[in-house]
Amino acid sequence: MVFVIQVNGTVQSVDVDDDTPLLWVLRDVLGMTGTKFGCGMALCGACTVHIDGVASRSCVTTIDSIGRSQITTIEAIGATASGAKIQKAWLDREVVQCGYCQSGQIMSASALLASNPHPTDSDIDEAMSGNICRCGTYIRIREAIKQAARGG
Amino acid sequence: MVLDRIAFQGIDFDRTSSADGPSRRTFLRAGAAAGGGLLLSLSLPFVSGDVKAANSASFVPNAFIRISGDGQIVLTMPYVEMGQGTYTAIPMLIAEELEVDLKQVRLQHAPPNEKLYANPLLGVQATGNSNAIRGAWYPLRQAGAIARAMLVSAAAEHWKVDPASCRAQSGKVRHPPTGRSIKYGDLAADASRMVVPANVALKRPEEFKLIGTAAKRLDTPAKVNGTAVYGIDVRPPGVKIATLAQSPAFGGHVKGVEDAAAKAVKGVRQIVRLDDAVAVVADHMGAAKKGLAALVIEWEDGPHAELNTGEVARKLEEATLSSGAVAQNIGDADKAMASAVTKVEATYQVPFLAHATMEPMNCTVHVRKDGCEVWVGSQAIGRVQAAAAKITGLPLDKVVAHNHLIGGGFGRRLEIDGVVRAVQIAQQVDGPVKVVWTREEDIQHDMYRPYWFDRISAGLDEKGMPVAWNHRFAGSSVLARWLPPVFENGLDPDTTEGAINLVYALPNLHVEYLRVEPPGIPTAFWRSVGPSHNVFVTESFMDELAAAAKQDAVAYRLALLGKAPRAKAVLELAAEKAGWGQPLPERVGRGVSVQFVFGSYLAQVAEVEVSKDGMVRVRRVVCAIDCGAVVNPDTVRAQIESGIIFGVTAALYGEITLKGGRVEQSNFDTYRMLRMNEAPAIEIHIVQNSEPPGGVGETGTSAIVPAVSNAIFAATGKRLRKMPVDNAALKQPV
Repeated sequence: MVFVIQVNGTVQSVDVDDDTPLLWVLRDVLGMTGTKFGCGMALCGACTVHIDGVASRSCVTTIDSIGRSQITTIEAIGATASGAKIQKAWLDREVVQCGYCQSGQIMSASALLASNPHPTDSDIDEAMSGNICRCGTYIRIREAIKQAARGG
Repeated sequence: MVLDRIAFQGIDFDRTSSADGPSRRTFLRAGAAAGGGLLLSLSLPFVSGDVKAANSASFVPNAFIRISGDGQIVLTMPYVEMGQGTYTAIPMLIAEELEVDLKQVRLQHAPPNEKLYANPLLGVQATGNSNAIRGAWYPLRQAGAIARAMLVSAAAEHWKVDPASCRAQSGKVRHPPTGRSIKYGDLAADASRMVVPANVALKRPEEFKLIGTAAKRLDTPAKVNGTAVYGIDVRPPGVKIATLAQSPAFGGHVKGVEDAAAKAVKGVRQIVRLDDAVAVVADHMGAAKKGLAALVIEWEDGPHAELNTGEVARKLEEATLSSGAVAQNIGDADKAMASAVTKVEATYQVPFLAHATMEPMNCTVHVRKDGCEVWVGSQAIGRVQAAAAKITGLPLDKVVAHNHLIGGGFGRRLEIDGVVRAVQIAQQVDGPVKVVWTREEDIQHDMYRPYWFDRISAGLDEKGMPVAWNHRFAGSSVLARWLPPVFENGLDPDTTEGAINLVYALPNLHVEYLRVEPPGIPTAFWRSVGPSHNVFVTESFMDELAAAAKQDAVAYRLALLGKAPRAKAVLELAAEKAGWGQPLPERVGRGVSVQFVFGSYLAQVAEVEVSKDGMVRVRRVVCAIDCGAVVNPDTVRAQIESGIIFGVTAALYGEITLKGGRVEQSNFDTYRMLRMNEAPAIEIHIVQNSEPPGGVGETGTSAIVPAVSNAIFAATGKRLRKMPVDNAALKQPV
């Protein structure tokens, strides 16, 4: 069935089954491949997007649950204040290695910063522990979030 | 040590070319680039083609440096970026000697051609064994220096001045006496007609401006805004998405498929049946997965239907009762053992491990009648091309293989099993098809770090020092399958690395290896491979000896490092920075390890806390590394941080088990990864020197596992001889 969704401020119309995860609508139907597939069970956070500003796992978010909510992906997060700060801190701190999980890390971190401008270590643990990084960039992610919170 | 020997020849090759003068033309040629500019073609040394081959009449280039009229410098190299910073460090080597800004240098991955792009240390076009910088260190700096000299000659000729009065700086040749300068781009075409200089002096380490600085990674901007293209992201026009189910039991077959329900799923286009797998081809992955779930597949389990991990371990244990191939023999260990005052014996085991790269396995293929195109992120793109040619029956030149960024390699993407599957599926599909494995398929049909079983013993003298060391172990040889020529006399250099080249002065040492391949389950390289096992065993056992001798674990090791100053220095540094010996609370302990593998010396001190219910938290890791000359210190740090997290994950959680011929784990709930809230604080101290570079991508992983298990011993008195950590065994008795 046809669903009309709003992705990064653009209205998109897609014709898929109602239980299709948003992840595949983004990646395969709309061709927005910045959002990554990691586990399909909300265990790793690679597919994190913002739905009305809330970090959400798109691999378990079905298309019929979205309605009129605003979806923001990695492709547009740099246009938000917290997203831009996080991206800059990520580059300054050389967080990235293989980079595959980093779209999701950045989406989780920017949602954290937007809702909590001065996160503590335990806030960071809570917001970020759902995102796995196999290259083990956790230490730098923590430093980068703190740097972004200080204003870059 | 084949790989060490090869590494040495790589260095020797350079020394030969500068000192004894077999012409540099044997490894480098210069000419005009197509479209104008200067093209340097390099012949980096091969496994089989050491100095002799490099000096032979036939010149076969395998790397290229092109300086075009616009001043852009493009390197074509046989290494792939998988997060380890190679795309930054390799250009740094050239830029240093060429006197250009790093931003002017662009590295592109070599097209697949096994003959042209063989990695100097691996001998096949592959990025692995922590060897990119090790292989490139001398030849690429020399090439940069030669190009600079030719540009200077071109400018000097133009100005009709003595080249010695000119200076290369920031992408220009300058003539300080007259204040004139010409950009490299404007000189490139003329430079291509200059004579290749017979001798160029390389910079001394103290003259380095770029090497040794924390240069910014060149590949990162695209990785923070979603534009980086990994293999899984390619979208050739008309591409369909497929996902698959492979036989749950290794070696099983498809007996029957009921696919009516799957075909009825909206977006499902086709069901592809292979001998041992079924794939659903669809418009998008959501439909493909839904279709796969709707399939009813009947499997014939095949010959390994009863296989379980206990049986694999038992066979390996049994094998170690017989003698194996002698991997190392120093002195007379049996004789020394007979006269030892104390004898210490133990057995150790390490499990099968999956790679669990964050980017699940995937490969996109378009098979046509007259050609085949493959898109994939691979550590060995030449093998990808060859595999596709073999399956399709097409000549090699009709197969185009595009390499892409890799979302985690760790050895997994040195294998081509996923490519083989994708080509088999694509042969039945009209148009391009992207085959994406679910995480469950990725974990259950990985090729695994081998299970190894070790029997080890030592004899101590009256002072508690080791006078005899006997080590015998059994397990799979990955290299015997992957690169058969290097498996000789029952041995390969990877499986034994870390067991036969201990840093310690042991007067009587005997090491034997038995190649025993487990039935059914495929094995493969896994970050640090052989050393991931051997360093755990030898450094845990060294800790046991120190305990048996009632000596401090660091002091005991230092006493055996009199002839290994670099190992001693890293151990002393790590111990000092970690506060070794300072008091800790109850059930908190420090553990140490020191190793020389992948050409680098590294010591680690782990500090762990064990809860009353046996849960282990690694609180802090202090690491000291001497990896010779450091090209990019921030990359060295990043790689070690990464290796430590990878190793802590394995030590605490990593275990693939078999039951009924099937892998029992399937996703990150059952195959756990270390997460942000569990990550230790990590401190890294780099010892500065100008020795040839060692590898850094894997050393952190092999060293941390024994450091953690030794720390658990210090905290609880429990010696863990089998990985991963057994939490039940660490519960505090009530």
